[in-house]
Amino acid sequence: MSDLTKLTAAEIAGLVATGETSAVEVTQAHLDRIAAVDERVHAFLHVDTEGALAAARSVDERLAAGDDLGPLAGVPVAVKDVLTTKGVPTTVGSKILEGWRPPYDSTVVQRLREAGTVMLGKTNMDEFAMGSSTEYSAYGPTRNPWDLDRIPGGSGGGSAAALAAYEAPLSIGSDTGGSIRQPGAVTGTVGAKPTYGGTSRYGLVAFSSSLDTPGPCARNVLDAALLHQVIGGHDPRDSTSIPAPVPDVVGAAKLGATGDLTGVKLGVVTEFTGEGAEPGVMAAFRESVEALAKLGAEIVEISCPHFKYALPAYYLIAPSECSSNLARFDGVRFGLRVGDDGNRSLEEVMSLTREAGFGPEVKRRIMIGTYALSSGYYDAYYGQAQKVRTLITRDFTAAFERVDALISPTTPFVAFPIGSRTADPYQMYLADLFTIPTNLYGGPAISVPCGLSEGLPVGFQIMAPTMADDRMYRVAAALESAVGTFTPPAL
Amino acid sequence: MAAISREEVAHLARLSRLAVTEEELDTFAGQLDVILQSVAQVGEVAAADIPPTSHSVPLTNVLREDVVTPCLTPQEALSGAPDAEEQRFRVPRILDEDVAS
Repeated sequence: MSDLTKLTAAEIAGLVATGETSAVEVTQAHLDRIAAVDERVHAFLHVDTEGALAAARSVDERLAAGDDLGPLAGVPVAVKDVLTTKGVPTTVGSKILEGWRPPYDSTVVQRLREAGTVMLGKTNMDEFAMGSSTEYSAYGPTRNPWDLDRIPGGSGGGSAAALAAYEAPLSIGSDTGGSIRQPGAVTGTVGAKPTYGGTSRYGLVAFSSSLDTPGPCARNVLDAALLHQVIGGHDPRDSTSIPAPVPDVVGAAKLGATGDLTGVKLGVVTEFTGEGAEPGVMAAFRESVEALAKLGAEIVEISCPHFKYALPAYYLIAPSECSSNLARFDGVRFGLRVGDDGNRSLEEVMSLTREAGFGPEVKRRIMIGTYALSSGYYDAYYGQAQKVRTLITRDFTAAFERVDALISPTTPFVAFPIGSRTADPYQMYLADLFTIPTNLYGGPAISVPCGLSEGLPVGFQIMAPTMADDRMYRVAAALESAVGTFTPPAL
Repeated sequence: MAAISREEVAHLARLSRLAVTEEELDTFAGQLDVILQSVAQVGEVAAADIPPTSHSVPLTNVLREDVVTPCLTPQEALSGAPDAEEQRFRVPRILDEDVAS
């Protein structure tokens, strides 16, 4: 048998279905790989060895009994530590939840179990998903398998690095401002942010509730689509879940893989192709646009004049929602409690607990949000940001009257060295420049590898209209068929 | 001109229930100032007559059938609590001594 960790998810599922390998064998191969390389990569915060092998045995038994578990049965998956997993530690990359074992599964994780996938463990992330490099994890950074001295993106750097290091064929991320797509871009993997409301937020530890979207990560477009299909769809436990079926993302990925984009009209976002992106990133992007044109796509330039205000609007809206959401970490119901000596008041204990449990970026965002929501500043900051959100949505709506999807680089720069941007928080925010507009609008977007710049991966972003997730998969699969996939140097 | 002073950051920290250190106040004051001056760009947009968007999904009053479904047991709900007593979350005192007595 060839190395099971190098196969695609679809290939693994095929071999398990025909009995050529077993879920246990596949799971053990990935656990062995994790044991061999994760000390250097640090993609995982928790490896659930026993749970994974037990789940794999159960899948093998169910398949032997003739159960139809669907197209990903027996495939291992790594889950970002932002999603609750019953009985398995969930820290959100924060000391404030260290040791917490949730009493329930998130909907995404429940669906993964029902589909017969095998959860290997929980992946590292920037604390509370706030960051673009995974350096803000309270448990130390994850390293990029392409260059261990560079960041793997964030906040879902663990989920992306686990794929690039062949520790898992599939992983789950969450995207509030680019936390699936930007790590995908800088690790040469595929990351998709579904339509907001297309995947359930039940059991996703909340950061910015009007933006948070769980989604699939994989090493190729079809695998991402298969995972999207499994985790997506209406959930009555999430009041913002869209009551409609998942668009046919798998069919679209297969259609795109035929390499024909005749009749598809794509808009290059003018505002995201000028200054602000590295020359090497722009070169790879331009070559990919030409490749898409050769496949039959019609390419036009589209100006979205309000996109340049997306970053400031986002860094008001997301911190405002975070300052409210993170009020629940008060040392009462779960997690850390500090300073409860029998004399201190609840308020003092709460303040000491939050001071000890939260890292610097989380504190900054809580305070920015508190500022933006306070009387006297509300209209100028949060209120104005919400109006800008309306204008950004109108830019998208107007664009999608002219084109089927918008395209841009995923991120302005390739993976940067660890430690190079932590001193200036706003420099870190710029990593999300191109990914944020989609979150404010609520539509789907995907990052697919499109080339290398100075030996490091460049991501290509495709943004589609709300609930037209299938469209981005078609274009992404077509691009993949033209440019191929990218393999990092051996670890 | 600075958008935010050290004293204002101390006030925000109190509102946010963060017992920040003096050293953190110095660091955060400079960093929050840079961030707030940058995000203040939203003020450049003429949007007086534009309605705000709080959410991208136009769903309102999402209700479910009024039926009992399984939920966590008290033991499960309290399983992560730092302190619990008689099936309740136990908290430090809420009132001052002189008020309570």
